[in-house]
Amino acid sequence: MILGIDVGGTHTDAVLIEGRDVLEKIKVPTNSDDLGGSLLEVAEQLLGPVGSRYPDRVVFSTTISTNAIVQDAVSTVGMILANGPGIPPSRITTDKNARFVSGYVNHRGISVVPVDRREVEIIAEGFHKKGITAIGVAGKFSTRNQRLELDIEEIAGSRFSHVSLGHRMSGNLNFPRRVATTYLNAAVWDIYRKFIEVVNAFINRFGKRFPVYILKADGGTLEINRSADYPVQTILSGPAASVMGILSLADCVDDAVALDIGGTTTDIALFADGVPLLEPRGLTIGKYKTLIRGLRTQSIGIGGDSAVRFENGGFVIGPHRLGPAAAFGGPAPTPTDAMIVLGLTSPDDRRKAETALEPLAAQAGISLESAAQEIFDETCRHIARAVTAMIERVNAQPVYTIHELLEGKVLRPAVLHVVGGPAQPMAPRIAEYLNCRAEIPPHAEVANAVGAALARTTTELTVLADTEEKTLTIVEEGIRIPISAGFTREEAADICLDRLRERALSMGARTEDLELEITEDQSFNMVRGFYTAGRNIRIKAQVKPGLITGVERGDPSCTQ
Amino acid sequence: MHSVKRTGLIFFPAFDWAISPTHPEREERLLYTQDQVFEEGLLDFENILEYKPGLAGQDDINRVHICVPEASAICTESHLISAGGAITAADKVLRGDVDNAFALVRPPGHHAMRVVHGARGFCNINIEAVMVEYIRRHYGHRKIAIVDTDCHHGDGSQDIFWHDPDTLYISVHQDGRTLYPGTGFPNETGGPNARGYTLNIPLPPETSEEGFLFALDNLILPVLEDFKPDIIINSAGQDNHYSDPITNMNFTAQGYAILTDRLKPHIAVLEGGYSVETALPYINVGIILAMAGIDYSFVKEPDYNPAALRQDPEVTAYIERLVPALYDQWRQRGSLKASSDIGTFERRSRSIYYDTDNIHEEQIESVRICDDCGGVVTIDSMASTGNRIFAVIVPGRACAACRREGEALFAATKSGDVYRYVYLQDRDRDVFTRK
Ligand SMILES: [Zn+2]
Ligand SMILES: [Zn+2]
Ligand SMILES: [Zn+2]
Repeated sequence: MILGIDVGGTHTDAVLIEGRDVLEKIKVPTNSDDLGGSLLEVAEQLLGPVGSRYPDRVVFSTTISTNAIVQDAVSTVGMILANGPGIPPSRITTDKNARFVSGYVNHRGISVVPVDRREVEIIAEGFHKKGITAIGVAGKFSTRNQRLELDIEEIAGSRFSHVSLGHRMSGNLNFPRRVATTYLNAAVWDIYRKFIEVVNAFINRFGKRFPVYILKADGGTLEINRSADYPVQTILSGPAASVMGILSLADCVDDAVALDIGGTTTDIALFADGVPLLEPRGLTIGKYKTLIRGLRTQSIGIGGDSAVRFENGGFVIGPHRLGPAAAFGGPAPTPTDAMIVLGLTSPDDRRKAETALEPLAAQAGISLESAAQEIFDETCRHIARAVTAMIERVNAQPVYTIHELLEGKVLRPAVLHVVGGPAQPMAPRIAEYLNCRAEIPPHAEVANAVGAALARTTTELTVLADTEEKTLTIVEEGIRIPISAGFTREEAADICLDRLRERALSMGARTEDLELEITEDQSFNMVRGFYTAGRNIRIKAQVKPGLITGVERGDPSCTQ
Repeated sequence: MHSVKRTGLIFFPAFDWAISPTHPEREERLLYTQDQVFEEGLLDFENILEYKPGLAGQDDINRVHICVPEASAICTESHLISAGGAITAADKVLRGDVDNAFALVRPPGHHAMRVVHGARGFCNINIEAVMVEYIRRHYGHRKIAIVDTDCHHGDGSQDIFWHDPDTLYISVHQDGRTLYPGTGFPNETGGPNARGYTLNIPLPPETSEEGFLFALDNLILPVLEDFKPDIIINSAGQDNHYSDPITNMNFTAQGYAILTDRLKPHIAVLEGGYSVETALPYINVGIILAMAGIDYSFVKEPDYNPAALRQDPEVTAYIERLVPALYDQWRQRGSLKASSDIGTFERRSRSIYYDTDNIHEEQIESVRICDDCGGVVTIDSMASTGNRIFAVIVPGRACAACRREGEALFAATKSGDVYRYVYLQDRDRDVFTRK
């Protein structure tokens, strides 16, 4: 039995799943003042009084970290940054407690300038005197050689209760994003730690341990205590929950589009051969571009409650929502009202919908029905256009080999999965514009909670080998070990997969869910003076985002 | 100080392509450039937009080259992509999607001449030339300037535009007496109808920032000011760097960035540059920032040492004599033009060596001296591969007399015994015929 809970901005959804069956589902309003409380309240409702039911696992998707960041209710963080030559420091997004220090590692991971101990000590002392308790340390190319960040931690760390290190956040290159990610991680560390304490206390009441997981933005889970030092991974898990929900509720094995049509916005996600696409460089939250691995989703300002107006000879839908649909007492005509007039959805008050649309029809000089049809069509067309543009962007993504350029994967979705309030009436029409098949999965109203419940544990790992320098770097773990000059790509790949397996298990993965895949596999001859001086090997592997085994796609059925 | 520009970046490192495993043109060449560009987060800047390269078509190649026996035999996919990358850069700029663009692509092209029997100087087809003629064909711009800042003389580009008074080709490079391909002297100024529109600036070995920028400020920029091109293209070779293994200059990443900032090219296209680890990452970041109008003053090689790169006073004195002399030569270009022999043909005979493919070519090129257009050109070319061909090139904006002559020459020349193929490249009408 799995308990899945998604704490969303407005609603908290929860499901109890046994094997393939959704045993129970509930949806309650979220109390944004006490997110931890809302979560546990719902858990208690589904599990019943202590002792009546024990889940095998509990998975949460929560907005605790996201909200803290968006509302700027985060801890003050001191940042120590070794930026080296390149872009001007003024172009790096940090808050006021950022200090740039000397020390530089180059692209090959070779230390060019060491850390200046005295300089770091003075800065650390300054932060400490200011009462700062969490710091972030990020260096340029620290994913190529972690020594510099580790040295700074060693010099400065003892004064603080938490130190976030850049290379632990992601193995990917991008110094400004590393800085932002490291900052955010340190900034929400304390808030998140308190949340974990609340959760642990709750579980302790059951007298029996069961694993608790947290959903990450990439649609994978992480054992909650293992997430304590990487809270930044849990931000923006809401869209991931929805995408994983669709993946579990729909039979999605091909290229597909997933839409979550809400009142104000519609979220778009894409699947390639049944696997959700990831954001190539990392997620963006507010003004922060980060390295956080996350599902590629796009939110557009159009939904069932978008305000409709007539402008320049056509109907304009959204992006603002002025309130609920007119039929439900709202102030302005909406696509939902158009659907009510067309008889596509059951009216609460059909009269109100008609009254709201009449002035628009008069402005356009057409009948009420024609206006309703045109508004409905334009809403669906608008969404279809956004989907097409997103697919085009994915297909236009630069590639760096001739092979990929000429024979690379081209995304051509044939199926459209739609969840959300107006899914039923809108899906067929949008699908028509996209020239694909529409599907509405069952239990769509709790898709997010189901998605959280059934997501598997994911992680990724980067291994770099430089046979001239004779070093192997396991980036995200901060490990550097010597290798021989004859070290091969195959050996690097084996090490990467072995370490990834261990890493995933330590993060709470079950052996049967370890679907590993090498996502980057490069090996370059390094030639100096017309002789091969060594090989530069770069391997990246991941646990594919997906569902835990034992749950067939598209199968969860309702016994309620 | 800097005005922010929207800059297009067409980055195509071709990580699966090499001339041979240890050749300077190998998979590794742009690896560390990619690392640096990614690590600096350049692609996150809102005014830097990355685009996937398109593929050049055979017609794009045939508009510029006479490939023997045909384009498909000379161009592999890698060449069509790098030329396509240059074309994509041009499209993005000329459609107004961006203010300028940098085609950071390989393989390079500036040693590829008009007639192509194989690869020379790591180049098969001339990607800037293909782009220039594409621009003329699709956007109608006439006056185009190419400023070639590669360390090697761009003998291919010079050859292609030798007779074209609408293309100003300026090459600044290490003196040909000390480096491949051994050409690019001040007296190489263009054919009889385009005298002066080829401008060679050979600089002595160990020229530093000071010398390059002196030539830029006192010669290249004033000449551009006079010529008033519609478009400025930079053949952005990076082998003038002090760490380049196959050249002897002392230019720097800062120097390249400053040069780019002052030159303000609409389109930059990567050419050579083989210090893949210690120079290219920094030069490329510098060029991209300079084009985008972002502060590049923090871009420096980790081992940058201005004192060690200070220019020898003798080098300085040499450049300070050369530059004003070349500017005078440019100002007097009108008097260089031979106007007395209009209607006659001027010939030049040349031996061309394809170092990359080890092919020898003997070529006789004739141009009709003409006051009204670039002049019809014929080429009789014999290569050590056994191929002998004859080509007639009718220039863009051809006058009626040159067109008549060209068409008659093509009609009169048979393929078969002497010439394996006879080509007509009609640039004015964008027609390419082989018989
Ligand atoms: Zn040059
Ligand atoms: Zn060169
Ligand atoms: Zn003429």
